[in-house]
Amino acid sequence: MIRLDNLTKIFDTPDGTITAADHISMEVPAGEICVLLGPSGCGKTTTLKMINRIIPATSGRVFIDGQDTTAMDTVDLRRNIGYVIQQIGLFPNMTIEENISVVPRLLGWQPERYKARAKELLDMVALDPATFLKRYPNELSGGQQQRVGVIRALAADPPVMLMDEPFGAIDPINREVIQDEFLKMQAELNKTIMFVSHDIDEAVKMGDKIAIFRTGKLEQYASPDDILAHPASDFIAGFVGSDRTLKRLQLVTAAQVMGPVPTFVTPQQSLSEALAIMERFEHRSITLANERREPIGIITRDIAWNHQGLCGEHYEGLHGIARQSDDLRTVVAQMFTADSSWLPVVDASGRLVGDITQRGITHHLGATYRAKG
Amino acid sequence: MALTLEHLMLVSIAVGLAIITGVPIGVAITQNQRAADLVLYVASVIITIPSIALFGLMIPILSVIGQGIGYLPAIIAVLLYSQLPIIRNTYTAINNVDPALREAARGIGMTPMQRLKMVEIPLAVPVIMAGVRTAVVMNIGVMAIATYIGAGGLGTYIQRGISQTDPRQLIIGAVAVSLLAIIADYALLWVQKKFTPKGMKVMG
Amino acid sequence: MLAQQMRRYLYYGMLLLIFLFGVWAERSGFLEEMLEYEEDVVYLVVEHLKLTAVSGGLAVLIGVPLGIVLSRPRFSHVAENAMQVLNIGTTVPTLALLALSMSLLGIGNSPAILGLLVATLLPIVRNTYTGLLSVPVHLKEAASGMGMLPRQMLWQVELPNALYVIMAGIRTALAINVGTAPLAFLIGGTSLGELIFTGIAVDEQAMMLAGAIPTALLAVTVDFVLGALTFVLVSKGVNPLRQRPAH
Repeated sequence: MIRLDNLTKIFDTPDGTITAADHISMEVPAGEICVLLGPSGCGKTTTLKMINRIIPATSGRVFIDGQDTTAMDTVDLRRNIGYVIQQIGLFPNMTIEENISVVPRLLGWQPERYKARAKELLDMVALDPATFLKRYPNELSGGQQQRVGVIRALAADPPVMLMDEPFGAIDPINREVIQDEFLKMQAELNKTIMFVSHDIDEAVKMGDKIAIFRTGKLEQYASPDDILAHPASDFIAGFVGSDRTLKRLQLVTAAQVMGPVPTFVTPQQSLSEALAIMERFEHRSITLANERREPIGIITRDIAWNHQGLCGEHYEGLHGIARQSDDLRTVVAQMFTADSSWLPVVDASGRLVGDITQRGITHHLGATYRAKG
Repeated sequence: MALTLEHLMLVSIAVGLAIITGVPIGVAITQNQRAADLVLYVASVIITIPSIALFGLMIPILSVIGQGIGYLPAIIAVLLYSQLPIIRNTYTAINNVDPALREAARGIGMTPMQRLKMVEIPLAVPVIMAGVRTAVVMNIGVMAIATYIGAGGLGTYIQRGISQTDPRQLIIGAVAVSLLAIIADYALLWVQKKFTPKGMKVMG
Repeated sequence: MLAQQMRRYLYYGMLLLIFLFGVWAERSGFLEEMLEYEEDVVYLVVEHLKLTAVSGGLAVLIGVPLGIVLSRPRFSHVAENAMQVLNIGTTVPTLALLALSMSLLGIGNSPAILGLLVATLLPIVRNTYTGLLSVPVHLKEAASGMGMLPRQMLWQVELPNALYVIMAGIRTALAINVGTAPLAFLIGGTSLGELIFTGIAVDEQAMMLAGAIPTALLAVTVDFVLGALTFVLVSKGVNPLRQRPAH
């Protein structure tokens, strides 16, 4: 857990004083990622760097796991906080192994322990230790360096991590990959993380909470969905963008919105049975599933009207399938592509578990607006 | 004063000749990596040889044409020493011209010769001037030593001061040579800045 | 690769030149004359090296720590002025430095050592200072953010990353030192300059060459040794001499 209590930074410049961070108070619960977001010069980086005292605070306090850090020794404090900077900052004179081992060595670990740790960490980000341990940073690609930068911060297993635009220097395609990797790692590691970003999409993707800064003040601190659905001010509404509702789509999975009892027919059922079910549920079409409950096609009302016999003899190909874990953006994209107002939803093993409809999605997104009036 | 002028003259002639030879060589070797490596390597070996040893090596060779002692070995030595800074700076300056600029020059239909004359050399001039500056400062010192092989110049005071154990002449000579080097350094720095096109003043 | 190949050709070319020079020396009787000075040469090479080792060693011992101190933030207000002075200092011709040293200390090995020391010191201090200052700020931020003490940061991050520039300074400085040591003879220092200057003065070319050739070889050797040292000492990750392409 990280708690900031009235954290303030005032810089003295020749043109007078500048308040870079103005009484920032917030709390990041243990195991969550909090993204500090805002335009440049808004105070987000200053706030982050006051936590490990790269920038000394003018006033206010920082608590880590309930403990006031004010009295702690700076060096001890820093060795127990993972720190990732935008420029990565791998030491070019050291091998990858030496880079990863910096903090463990500072903490006085035995060589066999920190060497084993370096191997373990490289494995974790899918970089082959045999290949990479003895390499130097300039022999790695940007994405590889970035991964090493992150695992270096994790080396001594600190409970808390500070990340200053950690994926800012990578091209967009690799950035997505590394973000996904990092989220997967975080799901196991459960670190408490403060993460500076200026990219709303990254914030929505990475953050359990988002803190939006503006001219040194904390403007809004809430979950991504809350911020997108209920921006606290015009500034935030403008910053998150006019397509903010579309951004919300990626925060919700198909499983959360689907109708949990799928309607379907089997190949052995007759078309008239299918028609009856469709009429009962007011559906224009229905999924045809085999004996393992895997969708294999659809029966439309047209087919059921104009033909006689079994469903297995007269059906159309599937328009599309949504997976339970897909986010709504993916689902909606599929619906638009297939020109369809609903899709069957399957689980990881491909078995039908529900239906998702455009009406269900709009209803879900609208619920939060109705609730808050 | 006469000695100062003589000193300056000798250095100017030698560095002048070095510019005439060094800049074309520097430009030429941008066309060929192998030649560039070779030329720069030779020049850097030459510059490692101490000046007095270089004089010593040249005297027997030049004695063959009766010029063992005097101006000629001094000028040749300075000429040789100046090659490295001038060739290297020319070479790096032209090699470092932004490829986009070269592309643009080609795009508006300049021939390679025009490109060299209108784009690459103007952009390289400040860097070449920096090389000339290094060469001049270094060789004011070399020329002082050349007094001992009969080339005159400000080293004469130092020579006399040492042989007659006369601190006055010693200090006059040392201070005069030093001042000359320092003034030349600043003067050339000024020229170097003058030569820098307005649009690229950020370069040192 | 290419550069290495060229170097090899050049090396053979130089061997050939030296061989031809030797043939010429032999046939003209020069070699015989020069060999008369063998004893002097050996003695003077040793003295020459001593002079260089003492003055150069002292210069490294003083120059590197001085450069480190000047690069510390708390000295930043004096450092730039000090560098200005040092830059002017490097413009001063070495002969002038020796002359000034003589007017201060008289004749002998001590003024020679002082003059050489000053001439050697300046490039070392300057390169140490600029080398340390050019270590990227974000590396220092990463280091302190990870909890390194200033001392640890200096030894583990700053010095290793600046070492190539520092070594370059030492290399330049020692080249100047070896090249100036012959002149030290003029103010009473013992060096190979003895043979060169006496040779010039009495117009004895064999004697002059007996001094000039070892001086030149010595300079090239010292430069080569320092180049090799740089290759070995500077970490592969920051050593331009040892770059491998990224994978």
